[in-house]
Amino acid sequence: MSRTVSDRPVKLTICSTPEHLSVVRAATEKVCRAIGFDEKGTTQVILSVDEALTNVIRHAYGGREDQPIDIELAADREAPAGGVRIRIRDYGSFTGPVAARRPEPQALRPGGLGVYIMQECMDLVEYERADGGGTLLTMLKRLPPPDGGSDG
Amino acid sequence: MSARLQDSPVRAVRWVGRAAVVDVEGDVDLGRSVAFQMSLLRVMDDGPERIVINLSDVPYMDSSGVASLVKLLSRSRRQGVPLRLASLSDRVRSIFEITRLDTVFDIYPTEQEALA
Repeated sequence: MSRTVSDRPVKLTICSTPEHLSVVRAATEKVCRAIGFDEKGTTQVILSVDEALTNVIRHAYGGREDQPIDIELAADREAPAGGVRIRIRDYGSFTGPVAARRPEPQALRPGGLGVYIMQECMDLVEYERADGGGTLLTMLKRLPPPDGGSDG
Repeated sequence: MSARLQDSPVRAVRWVGRAAVVDVEGDVDLGRSVAFQMSLLRVMDDGPERIVINLSDVPYMDSSGVASLVKLLSRSRRQGVPLRLASLSDRVRSIFEITRLDTVFDIYPTEQEALA
């Protein structure tokens, strides 16, 4: 495990513009790989972070692109095999928790799947009102135990 | 957020007989999904008998990109035009599996198989 990632969280502050999403995806991939996630687990964490940030941009900030979003990516030591803990803090309207809509593929309804994806991919998705306004979202994904087990 | 058509991930639309093959390039996320959807729906206006979306050069797609394809699928079904997806990376395929949309899209390993 990378000592840099395991010892100290990676902290980013981005603007609420979609143009910054790829930067966060790249950082999330680096952190997940350093912690030990495989391709499937890394993809699930990237998707969850991306969907969470999309919700912040769309709903907490109503599409305004110049607002701050703080992101913290950290190794989690509480799970037996470790994991990744992500905190996303915005300063906009309180946005959570939102009930996830189960996919109904045959209905062909575009959109509205972000929260479902986060809950499906992560072991913990927790919203709280942040001090001073806005939302603090905490997500956790554990690594599977070393003796095997699903990484999903 | 305004649609930035110059940011559309649709690189080209090729015609193979009466089939339109749509080449998509780059990540498809919130910043490009509106332009993506507009480009896709425009292909329908040209009256193809079949549409193949080649995703071999798409490393990543989020739910807004998938929603654009769902919109196209909905319209193509109404108009009786088969829509096929080809050459998905594992990462792109995973979002279709998580949302169970792999059960409604016709997904092919290669463009050639999608055109067969």
